[in-house]
Amino acid sequence: MRDIILFTLIVAAGTGGELCVSRAMKVVGEATSFHPIEIAKVILRALRVPWMWLGVAMMAIAFFALLGALSLYNVSFVVPVTALSYVAGAFGGVAFLRERVSPQRWLGVLLVAIGVTLVFLGKS
Amino acid sequence: MTSLKTLHLKTYLMIAVMIVAGPLGNVFLAKGMKHGGALSIWPPSALYQTALNVFASPSIWLGVASLITFFVAYMLVLSWADYSFVQPASSLAYGVVALLGYLMLGERVSPLRWAGIAVICVGVFIVGRTDPRTTAHETPERL
Repeated sequence: MRDIILFTLIVAAGTGGELCVSRAMKVVGEATSFHPIEIAKVILRALRVPWMWLGVAMMAIAFFALLGALSLYNVSFVVPVTALSYVAGAFGGVAFLRERVSPQRWLGVLLVAIGVTLVFLGKS
Repeated sequence: MTSLKTLHLKTYLMIAVMIVAGPLGNVFLAKGMKHGGALSIWPPSALYQTALNVFASPSIWLGVASLITFFVAYMLVLSWADYSFVQPASSLAYGVVALLGYLMLGERVSPLRWAGIAVICVGVFIVGRTDPRTTAHETPERL
């Protein structure tokens, strides 16, 4: 039960947080250069978008759940299990950000998911 | 207007930073958490003591620094590329994390797990050949 709660928090809060951050960055606009001043400006602009704060809060929850999981299991087990978020991520990108995912990209996502499953089954 | 070639180049550069810094961060976190022993989070005084122990570990801070590097690269790349492109493309990190776990922490990784990682890489290759951006960039009136 503890494991299910930990991994659900990592996947759900992590994916939700990333989607919020991604949405915020679409509002902020493209970073035009890698100059430190430009990067600082982009970060400051990002901090004024509420989606960013919601995203950061969710990612913080996912982070502490990750710390808990890492105290119990190997990192080469924990991190692949968190890749369950690929399924959530692809659907979330379509539903939440209105991104179009081509059949070819779906195939790639599917292969990644199969690989992640094998990694999970290979828990020795 | 950024040319498509530059867009691809800087996208792959940022993804390269992500797939090194992210796994390195996770491995450092794992190293730090292994030193802490059993975690008690109740009552609150025990949680406080656990938090003190966790954040006294240098490995945890190295991990946090790596993950911040990862996060900045991630934020930058998401400002021009699609989430559903960036997330699958960065999945090479799963190979890197297993490799680093094996090399730095001496974790045992089974053949089946390595096979899974190879399948992930094929998936990543297919995803990497698709266009990084599918949505038009417009002013944020949708919010």
